[in-house]
Amino acid sequence: MLEEAPLVQGGLTFNGITEKISGIVETRTPSLWWLLFGMALSGTLVLAGSIGWLFYDGTGVWGLNNPVGWGWAIVNFVFWVGIGHAGTLISAILFLLRQRWRTAINRFAEAMTIVAVICAGIFPAIHVGRIWIVYYMFPVPNQMEMWPNFRSPLLWDVFAVGTYFTVSFLFWYVGLVPDLATFRDRAKTKIKRLVFGAMSLGWRGGNRQWKHYELSYLMLAGLATPLVLSVHSVVSTDFATSMIPGWHTTIFPPYFVAGAIFSGFGMVLTLAIIARKVFSLQNLITVDHLEKMNKIILVTGSMVGYAYIMEFFIAWYSGNIFEVFAFINRGFGNYAWAYWIMFLCNVITPQLFWFRKFRRSIPIMFTLSIFVNIGMWFERFVITVTSLSRDFLPSSWDYYSPTTWDVLTFVGSFGLFFSLFLLFLRFLPLISMTEVKGVTPEADPHHYAHGNEHGGAK
Amino acid sequence: MKTHAIIAEFAHPGELLHAAEKVREAGYRTFDCHSPFPIHGMDDAMGLKRSPVGYIVGGMALLGATIGFALQTWVTTQAYPLVISGKPMFSWQTYIIITFALFVLFGAFGAVFGMFRLIRLPRLHHPLFYSEQMKKVTDDGFIVSIEAGDPQFDEEATRAFLASIGGTNIELVRGE
Repeated sequence: MLEEAPLVQGGLTFNGITEKISGIVETRTPSLWWLLFGMALSGTLVLAGSIGWLFYDGTGVWGLNNPVGWGWAIVNFVFWVGIGHAGTLISAILFLLRQRWRTAINRFAEAMTIVAVICAGIFPAIHVGRIWIVYYMFPVPNQMEMWPNFRSPLLWDVFAVGTYFTVSFLFWYVGLVPDLATFRDRAKTKIKRLVFGAMSLGWRGGNRQWKHYELSYLMLAGLATPLVLSVHSVVSTDFATSMIPGWHTTIFPPYFVAGAIFSGFGMVLTLAIIARKVFSLQNLITVDHLEKMNKIILVTGSMVGYAYIMEFFIAWYSGNIFEVFAFINRGFGNYAWAYWIMFLCNVITPQLFWFRKFRRSIPIMFTLSIFVNIGMWFERFVITVTSLSRDFLPSSWDYYSPTTWDVLTFVGSFGLFFSLFLLFLRFLPLISMTEVKGVTPEADPHHYAHGNEHGGAK
Repeated sequence: MKTHAIIAEFAHPGELLHAAEKVREAGYRTFDCHSPFPIHGMDDAMGLKRSPVGYIVGGMALLGATIGFALQTWVTTQAYPLVISGKPMFSWQTYIIITFALFVLFGAFGAVFGMFRLIRLPRLHHPLFYSEQMKKVTDDGFIVSIEAGDPQFDEEATRAFLASIGGTNIELVRGE
């Protein structure tokens, strides 16, 4: 029988795991961190500056034109929300499926989710034009007795993404509590003791606490699972409920969800490969973990590829000339370059992961994960822009290109993403110590039953 | 300072599980088993009932769904009735998504805040923290604590009992 490789390698004991993960934040801040954080913070300033200019001068600073009223803002929104989905898939769905390998990567994937959703949330907020009445998005009682339109998918988005952020944050924080208690108990200075003491809420690790904690965590996973599938489905209805050719299709919800998971795993992989190298976590995030993620990328990438091809088939099968035109235009029209970048990065290159050698090669998977990130941004660009720029009558067509401010806002959002993520890496446990200890063979009380008491990992 | 509990350390999860059974069989009720991670089978060993968190989640989730559906119905039929793309005023199909979102949101609030209520957290301090040994729990320590509030608690007898079932580093914890 094939035996699965151990999840934690290198014979780490419980204490060894604590030392390894806590050590990352207890040592002096590496100068590499300061360098990266400085770069990321500059990016955040670029974001703040370009948003400031947008508020001052209006949405005219963007490249929007008459048929293309939705440009990079929605593209970036969908891109960032999609990235978040991998974190919830890892933390909730793989938890329900009892995939114990998730423990090595769930904490920072969840952090990535939260940070990505923050980046995503900026775009719908700033794109409204009259920013001072942005609160109209929420059902706030007001003196005009006006209410938002509950039949609009854009309002569904507000609720879906708001709930998604809140639930992801709670899920992440509940998971952090026992690890924060570890930090509290290891704290050397009074400030750390106070801060981690307050953040760990008085956790004592008694089974009378664990019993409620475990069920609560399971319930959160159960709630987050349908939620994550619904969020990107709701995002897809922003497009699918409209009458624009190329948008008005029923395949959108599942296709968006698969794409979201695909793009998110791309980003998790990019971050995981860098983090395990920088912090020497090869024993905890093993090549087996990375290989499993590559398999998910292969599966979801192929699902996305199926959707791309099926869209063409349905366009032809529908017999609707506008629909047929929209897709021929996508593949061979004025945005064909974007379509083929998307197709290459999302469908063709991930096929290399059929081969075990490529699935286990760090340089190959790092390159491919970058390709996935690029490809999935272009997917949203292709969907949004090709359909709008050539809709029904040629008289209303126009070509859309972004301005410097579009580019700076997007680049700046990466600055914010990495700033927050680097702060997380520096101050919080980036791998769940509790859960990793829990999946070692020594954590099983029956491991010791038959005179098997030799301590340390097998 | 009054006596809070007696604690004893055990070597590994297997021993802790075993100790929990012994403590329960000896008739103690107000005791706890501390570990760095949840141990499979510990609830049975300690004789604990299943957590009621599920009912809190269910109740809260249904409350959220009700609020969501009622709000949308009231707004679209009473407070601000507008015809949108020819749909009827009470177009319940379009309410489902927000109803679902609030179902999940309130359910998650129930899971988190309900759980913290049940485990009496957050609290800034606890008498057990007076023991330096308790710091091992969040690393690699497996500790049983028998509280002074237990009717069967007796300083000498409990101490001897914990030693007899294999506990080491036995310590009397005092605190408020």
